[in-house]
Amino acid sequence: MKRVYVNEEWCLGCHLCEYNCAFANSGKPDMATALKGKPIYPRIHIEENDKISYAVSCRHCTDPICVKSCIAGALRQEDGVIRIDREKCVGCLTCVLVCPYGALAPDGDGVMQKCELCLQNSCGEPACVTGCPNRAIVYEER
Amino acid sequence: MKKYVIIGNGTAAAGCIEGIRSADAEGAITVVSEERRPVYCRPLISYFLEGKTTQEKMNYRPDDFYEKNGCEVLYGRRAVRIDAEHKTVTLDDGAALAYDALCVASGSSPFVPRFEGLETVKNRFSFMTMDDMFALDAAADEKSRVLIVGAGLIGLKCAEGLHGRVAEITVCDLAPRVLSSILDDSAAAPVEECLKRNGIRLMLSESVARFEENRAVMTGGGTVDFDLLVLAVGVRANSALVSDAGGETDRGIVVDHRMRTSLPEVFAAGDCTESEDISCGKRKVMAILPNAYIQGHCAGVNMAGGDETFDKAVPMNSIGFFGLHIMSAGTCSAEDSEVLEEKTDGGLKRFYLKDGRLAGYILVGGAERAGIYTSLIRERTPLSEVDFELLKKTATTAAFSPETRRKKFGGVV
Repeated sequence: MKRVYVNEEWCLGCHLCEYNCAFANSGKPDMATALKGKPIYPRIHIEENDKISYAVSCRHCTDPICVKSCIAGALRQEDGVIRIDREKCVGCLTCVLVCPYGALAPDGDGVMQKCELCLQNSCGEPACVTGCPNRAIVYEER
Repeated sequence: MKKYVIIGNGTAAAGCIEGIRSADAEGAITVVSEERRPVYCRPLISYFLEGKTTQEKMNYRPDDFYEKNGCEVLYGRRAVRIDAEHKTVTLDDGAALAYDALCVASGSSPFVPRFEGLETVKNRFSFMTMDDMFALDAAADEKSRVLIVGAGLIGLKCAEGLHGRVAEITVCDLAPRVLSSILDDSAAAPVEECLKRNGIRLMLSESVARFEENRAVMTGGGTVDFDLLVLAVGVRANSALVSDAGGETDRGIVVDHRMRTSLPEVFAAGDCTESEDISCGKRKVMAILPNAYIQGHCAGVNMAGGDETFDKAVPMNSIGFFGLHIMSAGTCSAEDSEVLEEKTDGGLKRFYLKDGRLAGYILVGGAERAGIYTSLIRERTPLSEVDFELLKKTATTAAFSPETRRKKFGGVV
């Protein structure tokens, strides 16, 4: 299965992936309408220290502890992709408690959201990957 | 064709079914379900009272779950005896089910201490099941004065669920603080403030001396008048089936890392069990949903002849009250560990270090990426391998070595 991987040596720390992600999942026709003047809640985020930076999004683990831990039965594994039913989520943050990668975070309303590889939105392939100016983020089989 | 029997129909049972089916597509699975409904998300009963979910959304699995997994579910039936020698389970209607492998996932029951005059109280409730939830939902109205005995997770979530729907809520507990099993005094203080700010009346370090119908006379001498009484003092593992059959039990059914009990071909999973807490090396009942599912799955795989171990269990909780979020994991004992504290915006982080490892943590307010901390406990990561100065402030994988990061992010995990 193809997953999103990041090469931390190539990551510029520009945070563009965060904006592309927020836009891709906004359902809005253009970036300005989607993001201008609003707080963004991307499903990928940059982690950095003084030496390196890299983007983190859901690893789509083969044995996903978030799915096993979800008290609302809102997370599931579907053809290898970890998906969330946001209608069922109650925002208890148990998935945040268990995800070793820190890959889940709530949206502005406290409902969890996570990377679903842009398979459900209009992009069809991960917007973080297509928009990465230095090709630090890739979408491939490993 | 192998015959599997599962006693119980909660999260651990669902995990067990999925575990069995991951290794055996054919075997016959019979589920003994005392509750007359399919598996549901038990921890959500307070969210239902609050109006944050519906009965339909509380389904833990899709409607066709049992059918798709080829399970026969015996609703409204209770297992009364395990005959480990002849490998049968006797039900309350006298029927006997033969098994090749059995999973006891019988959960826990409310523990009700002796209170003088308790029998005079008409409107009294537990808060464990969907039936309890519906009963309380039907009884509560805007005039209700509610007394909740027990300021643990169940009692406080019940209080939050009823908040705004009833006239007043009082919560009492013999312990000097709320959530005494997971928080210490200083971590409990902001939670207590938050509850009080939201109009919940707390009576700590005291309990009920006796009940006189709609009045509780407290051990401190005061009285509380109430219309509805919720007993949330504690829970006990339902372990009698296994102990009666000669299996080893303590506070729960004792299981190893493969969820085997001391009886042959008898496994156990979920709130009824007691297993190793790897953050302190002691055996404990860790009645939390993630463990129930993982243990159930592990039991199921092993019942079906596969090999799965679960040797990373730690107690952990993520819980919020009126927007204030609290997380804790592992062993948080100030007596035998080094304690590090960080103040954060409107909250605190406290870490308990022992033998060069993270043994436990408590976060009050602000829980971003807390799973990174939990993983340090579960993986028993030596803190010499990470930049803990950085981690203390921010939960970030940037504190791991490049090599570890490559493993975590460079391939399939």
